[in-house]
Amino acid sequence: MTPLLATGTRRRIRKSAIPGFGLTMGFTLVYLSLIVLIPLSAVFFKTADLGLDGFWEIITRTRVLNALKLSFGTALIAASINAIFGVLVAWVFVRYTFPGKRLLDAFIDLPFALPTAVAGIALTALYAGNGWVGQYLEPLGLKVAFTPVGIVVALTFVGLPFVVRTVQPVLEDAEAALEEAAASLGANRWQTIARVIFPAVVPSILTGFALAFARGVGEYGSVIFIAGNLPNVSEIAPLLIVIRLEEFDYAGATAIAAAMLIVSFTMLLVINGLQVWSRKRSEKL
Amino acid sequence: MSAQDHSLRDPPDLPRPFRPSGPLMQRNSAITERRWVQWTLIATAVVFLLFFLFLPLVAVFAEAFRNGVSTYLIALQEPDARSALNLTLITAAIAVPLNLVFGVCAAWAITKFDFRGKSLLISLIDLPFSVSPVVAGLVYVLVFGAQGWLGPWLLEHDIKIVFAVPGIVLATIFVTFPFIARELIPLMQAQGTDDEQAAVSLGASGWKTFWRVTLPNIKWGLLYGVLLCNARAFGEFGAVSVVSGHIRGMTNTLPLHIEILYNEYAFAAAFAVASLLASLALVTLAAKSFLEWRYGDELAAGRRH
Repeated sequence: MTPLLATGTRRRIRKSAIPGFGLTMGFTLVYLSLIVLIPLSAVFFKTADLGLDGFWEIITRTRVLNALKLSFGTALIAASINAIFGVLVAWVFVRYTFPGKRLLDAFIDLPFALPTAVAGIALTALYAGNGWVGQYLEPLGLKVAFTPVGIVVALTFVGLPFVVRTVQPVLEDAEAALEEAAASLGANRWQTIARVIFPAVVPSILTGFALAFARGVGEYGSVIFIAGNLPNVSEIAPLLIVIRLEEFDYAGATAIAAAMLIVSFTMLLVINGLQVWSRKRSEKL
Repeated sequence: MSAQDHSLRDPPDLPRPFRPSGPLMQRNSAITERRWVQWTLIATAVVFLLFFLFLPLVAVFAEAFRNGVSTYLIALQEPDARSALNLTLITAAIAVPLNLVFGVCAAWAITKFDFRGKSLLISLIDLPFSVSPVVAGLVYVLVFGAQGWLGPWLLEHDIKIVFAVPGIVLATIFVTFPFIARELIPLMQAQGTDDEQAAVSLGASGWKTFWRVTLPNIKWGLLYGVLLCNARAFGEFGAVSVVSGHIRGMTNTLPLHIEILYNEYAFAAAFAVASLLASLALVTLAAKSFLEWRYGDELAAGRRH
């Protein structure tokens, strides 16, 4: 009885009375293919021309390897900083009240709205040896601008909203009743946070972390001003693509791009997996 | 829920002396932190945000006005700056409406109908978010550049796309591609199809249903998406940089103009132009906060991703 009913409803939805499926779906697919899919496939066709050996040879050159390592390494550090401080900021916003909270909350999205080139020159001005912040760090032996540390600073700025904005709604939805139950069963505050609240937020932290990481790996505008761009030391992978293009070395540029795309797509799968996982978890609860 | 259910009622009003306000506060300490812990956490968060968000923003305006207002105004009136502003405006005026039409179409197809591969389609729409802006520019060079797929054909017909305005527009469309669709899909999913079913069964045409029933429901979400899309279209740097060719007065957008000025050590001028884009960012944030505050309920479904 039940399966029959189920197929019945499904058929009704499929033969929806609402018109416009062909038109909107057609336009969506054509536009998506023309703007995104066909141009992106060019990277893989061009890389396929190189063959696996040619691709491997380009990717394993010292300068390319160093650039890829730098991009992924700094993105990883910046995403970790954002994971820690993002959770802290989200926690403080959801749980406490303090003056200026609403203004700060509105400003969290600044890195999304501020053009990356503007962020890049502003951060460089701040952290250069004579800058507002840099002049106090330099005597301590900490050079930020024109070193890999500067790249981490720029990527932390760019990725800041991701963790805050993924964790915030989950914390808002967390039920106080669960915490009260834990407390009434004798858990101290730390145990309640570690055993009750933290597990509920973990998927959203990981999602935010992955988003910030993916953004950081590909980031270009904010980094090139502050990085110093020294080959093998502070030269990020996207910059190396630009340099190869300016040398008309299209094969070299494309191979690096393909390597970055493969990692980005893997990250995308991980993010999707995390979201499915967290949805299943919340359904179970 | 029966009429005898008292659980949702307010607690009875006790006479003042018996109101257990003190003990109640103490009982809540089981589910919150001590006062000093709270303030330490708040202080850490605020200091972090001040350093990473406020200081860069303040620096932009401080550096822009460092040499006085007159230098600032001269930097903005310079012919190269004005042509860069024009090109940026034109680019956004083409890219945002195209992505608006796409976003509405995609959201309509995805949320009003059932079909296989829906989640794959949503992932593909999100794809440009996880592609480096530089790679976004590169793909158009590979397709339209001199050595690209269509390169020879374009050369024969004397059409320039890469290192010209069409390339800049295409690259901008690519990086702003998902914004509006992404805002609308969860919103329209939450609203369901009942309203549209009703309108159609009462004899409204598809177009009329969209215009009179769907659009009023999604207008704030749509505006929200347009704001984000527009901010990115104005500020895109990496993708546009790759396809522009950096021809001054011809293929320079505002962010590229900032880079040129900065590399020529014209810092005050670079920050003056930057302050223009920073102001747009502030307006975007203000409008976004206003929409969230005023129409939060209507946007709520869209915010939960």
